[in-house]
Amino acid sequence: MSSILIIEQILNGLQFGVMLFLMAAGLTLIFGVMGLINLAHGSLYMIGAFAAAWMAGATGSFLFGLVAALAAAALAGAIIEMVVIRRLYKAAHLDQVLATFALILIFSEGTRWVFGSFPLFLEIPDLLSGPVTLPGGIQYPVYRLTLIAIGLAIAVGLWALIEKTRIGVQIRAGADDREMIGALGVDISKLYTIIFALGAALAGLAGALVGAIQSVQVGMGEPVLILAFVVIVIGGIGSIRGAFVGSLLVGLTDTLGGVFLPEIFEVFMEPGAAQKSAAALASMSIYMLMGLVLIWRPTGLFGARS
Amino acid sequence: MRLDERTVNVVVLLCLFALPAYAFLVDQPFTITLVTRAVILALAAVGLNIVLGIGGLVSFGHALFFGIGGYAMGILAYHAQTFTTLDIGPFSTNGTKLMPIIWLIAMTVSAIIAFLIGKLTLRTSGVYFIMITLAFAQMFYYFSISWSEYGGEDGLSIYVRNDFPGLNTLVPIQFFGICFMLLMAALYLTSRLQNSSFGLALNATRQSETRVASVGLNTMQLKLVAFVISGAITGLAGALFADLNRFVSPTMFSWQVSGELIVLIVIGGIGRLMGPVIGACVFVALEHSLGGVTPFWHVYLGAILLCIVLFARGGLLGLLTGKEGAHV
Repeated sequence: MSSILIIEQILNGLQFGVMLFLMAAGLTLIFGVMGLINLAHGSLYMIGAFAAAWMAGATGSFLFGLVAALAAAALAGAIIEMVVIRRLYKAAHLDQVLATFALILIFSEGTRWVFGSFPLFLEIPDLLSGPVTLPGGIQYPVYRLTLIAIGLAIAVGLWALIEKTRIGVQIRAGADDREMIGALGVDISKLYTIIFALGAALAGLAGALVGAIQSVQVGMGEPVLILAFVVIVIGGIGSIRGAFVGSLLVGLTDTLGGVFLPEIFEVFMEPGAAQKSAAALASMSIYMLMGLVLIWRPTGLFGARS
Repeated sequence: MRLDERTVNVVVLLCLFALPAYAFLVDQPFTITLVTRAVILALAAVGLNIVLGIGGLVSFGHALFFGIGGYAMGILAYHAQTFTTLDIGPFSTNGTKLMPIIWLIAMTVSAIIAFLIGKLTLRTSGVYFIMITLAFAQMFYYFSISWSEYGGEDGLSIYVRNDFPGLNTLVPIQFFGICFMLLMAALYLTSRLQNSSFGLALNATRQSETRVASVGLNTMQLKLVAFVISGAITGLAGALFADLNRFVSPTMFSWQVSGELIVLIVIGGIGRLMGPVIGACVFVALEHSLGGVTPFWHVYLGAILLCIVLFARGGLLGLLTGKEGAHV
């Protein structure tokens, strides 16, 4: 096994991880501030991808596609927050699960209705297609490298937003004591709509960016949503820092497990059996990671201690 | 109009029995199969209702047990139909096509796995519990996809329905009878459970865990026992479901199944004896009638569900009897 392959796979894992972070950040923010478990977050991811594919197809510009993804997902997020989600903040978790499950059904079938069952394709712009040579002679796709850069930039931006701006202060205060900041004159329902739209926009952006390397189809959001859940359970629900660490852990475990487990198993098993058991184990590796973290810390790595 | 819940329950059960009987008389086997499907889904939801309705534990991963039941049936019948041996450690078997043995194994395996997963997940509560049960079901989903020995992603087909001594299970009405009797047994068990001291303690745990713990009961143990019973019943339903379709595939483990089982209960009325049964009947009826009109019937299902959550807490039974269901 060469070091080039290892570095390539680590980069792949990072790329997967930062995209998961875009999903997980919104989920964890919405849970941390509003106490809402949002299953429909995967639908916003899908909406972003469809909006980008449609806009890029119509105008031929990938950048317009990204703008459309952000706008469509943020708009959809703001609308469902005002129409449905707002009524659920005080409801039990079960009601939140059910209502957002209902939203998934509506969004998925609605999208199938409008766009049909066939996947759409989103082309990577010429500027970012093809490989680049990294120091050490490693060939790596420019687009994936760009994704890593965008993901890290957004992580930094989100940190700055929450730690350094006025709205960030309000978000943190809202997470601690929503009644008190309402009493201090902050328009809570507007704040909640903004946070929800922000989370939605991040999910939509992730959908559009990943849509260019995978196909854009109905149901693309749910597998990512479930991984994002695993991420925030590992990181601690409500913690952005936890979401970041969790995303990278899950991204790296999933990618590296799929590549290296077969190699490791072949050391002490015959090749056929090794491939089979390694494939089975690799597909479960992130859930095992989650199980281990929970045995060690039931509220996640950065979660509040109960 | 306010109806007595007991009257509603009796009427529902009579209808559930009368409809296939009528379909049998006028020779419409498809209707019988449709009702059988509702009965099996109801059985799965009756299992879930024990933890969800009485215990207040929102398990978003009950597809796990449904799938285990399905695969228990699939694997045993597969070895029996291909005349191959199945080696589990020191034991070796040729599989079986006998339903009672398959049920026993499906329930035992589900119960063991429910015990192990319950040990781990019941340490957590609230949203963590929801997400972790979901994640465990996904783990089995991906495992079943990569398990190429038993069909992987394509699943396993069983050519002939399994046998029950003295009956011809390929006759729809006879298979319906088997499923109906099992549902009755599960409902009887649940009603006894609800009124037993265990059921009362579990119900109290949902309302205030701290208080139950402070009178000296072990709440972890209560929840674990409920989780195991619940898993075993849903596992049994999984084995029947696989037998109904003579097919088992990873979709039985999928998160949509977990979601739909919760939906069934909430449509009918959460924490009520007959809630899952009414929910399953309505669900299958909707699936059949709306599904015939438009392939996009999930949009309507979503809209109905949203209305129930926002405006009709307590489900259909709540509307009929004028009482809200259990608060979870």
